[in-house]
Amino acid sequence: MKVLVKGKTNGVVIKSTQPINFLGTVNKKTGIISDKNHDLFEKSIKDSILVFPSGVGSSVGAYTIYSIKSNNTAPLAMICTKADLTVATGCALANIPLLIIDGKEFLSIKNGMHLSVDTENITPIHPL
Amino acid sequence: MELTKEEESALKGEQGEIMQMAYRILVATGEATDAERLVPIKWAHLSGVNYNTIGDAGEEFLSGISKSARVKVKTTLNPMGFDIDNVSNYGLDENFISKQLSIKSSYETMGVTPSFSCIPYEIYDIPPDGTQVAFAESNAAIHANSYDNLKTNKESAFSALASALTGKSPYSSLRKEDSPNVTIRMKVKNPDELAYGMLGFFAGKVGDTSVNISGLGEMDKRQCKAMCGGMGTSGTCAKFLFGEGDSDCEKVDFDEKEMQNVHDELNTSEKGDLITLGSPQLGLDEISDLTSRLKGRSFKKRCMVFVPRTVKEQAKKIGYTNELERAGCEILSDCCTCLTPLICKDNVDVVTTNSIKGAFYLKNSNGVGVNLKPLSQIVQEETK
Repeated sequence: MKVLVKGKTNGVVIKSTQPINFLGTVNKKTGIISDKNHDLFEKSIKDSILVFPSGVGSSVGAYTIYSIKSNNTAPLAMICTKADLTVATGCALANIPLLIIDGKEFLSIKNGMHLSVDTENITPIHPL
Repeated sequence: MELTKEEESALKGEQGEIMQMAYRILVATGEATDAERLVPIKWAHLSGVNYNTIGDAGEEFLSGISKSARVKVKTTLNPMGFDIDNVSNYGLDENFISKQLSIKSSYETMGVTPSFSCIPYEIYDIPPDGTQVAFAESNAAIHANSYDNLKTNKESAFSALASALTGKSPYSSLRKEDSPNVTIRMKVKNPDELAYGMLGFFAGKVGDTSVNISGLGEMDKRQCKAMCGGMGTSGTCAKFLFGEGDSDCEKVDFDEKEMQNVHDELNTSEKGDLITLGSPQLGLDEISDLTSRLKGRSFKKRCMVFVPRTVKEQAKKIGYTNELERAGCEILSDCCTCLTPLICKDNVDVVTTNSIKGAFYLKNSNGVGVNLKPLSQIVQEETK
């Protein structure tokens, strides 16, 4: 497990097994996913612990992450299996805690779980 | 990541808030890519220009930092939302125009060259082989790494901005010798630019930071750009190498079936109300080729053609612009198909395009239908 952006929060998991292209597929005002081919289609990522493999696609997606934070529609924390620069820098600027976990840990996190995230803790992620 | 004393001091905030922010971004970038140190870069290319993509939060952020932030290296810029020369024809609201002009002015204040182009590799001289750059535009990063012998991460808008402000970037795997663990075997016969775009889109999903691609024939500029655009849209991959790669590489075929799957994901309709060409923007060669294809013909519906301003000016001098306008093309500089506010679902149902990158964003962000066709078919079916 690797911490890319520090922070402490807790919330309900929204999990996707598909990567997310933040630019163009996440509504900045609502935090709702607009890509019909995505398993989170029409779901809001606002105030969630967003668990997904990685960000993909456009470099401008970093601004989308900054914007959803400014619009109060951002996730409380993000957890990925792969670090990509769009998500890493977007979260760094927006101060959204970001952790990278391995495939086994990814499997163990289920949609709807209530998770506590504290990057200063020895086990930064644990169920509540 | 190891930082020098000076870099440490910047991270602590001893060189002001802007430098602290820039180093915070570089450190996150370095940690994400397991880089051990920062290296100097010669050229940054920034994304995050179109008001449609960065919104009010982005506009305010840039306006705030532009009061004191200044770029340290040559820095060029992605397209914005419109072409000021003809924006009045498109009914954009005043708020959009004023916010966009504020973004433009913030970048200019920071010392950025207002190139408004997603094809910096085509409109600027390419630096010597192996030069370290930081290109945020995904198609440009892939083009730079794969064709131009430059070295860049698949930067984000913020990592490229941080590199512009510091002149540095993390020394990540793509900046070193990178050996892909996957090889895509191109099996589609007689591919056109649409097939290459779909190959790129497929490869981007399969690859990690880089991929080998075998079976690529001679590709023209349009096909190369289509592939880079497609790859940048779907994945995190920022480089392709030509050939089979090592024998232990996983091999994945791209044949008619895989191509059909990409087509089905992005194509929603068999007929469009409007045509767009240029995502990535068209260079002078493509404009020249388009002009000759359109000799004696004209479009039966609207056709928007996106080019960098420098290309528009050259095309005007040579006489291409006149010819294209006669054939019914609307020529727009400084902006691009991708995330354009000039196409809106209130007045357009379906857009015909030969761009996979354009198709993805038109569908998901503009919310319009997409009809994919190669340029040859567009000219054949949509002109008389």
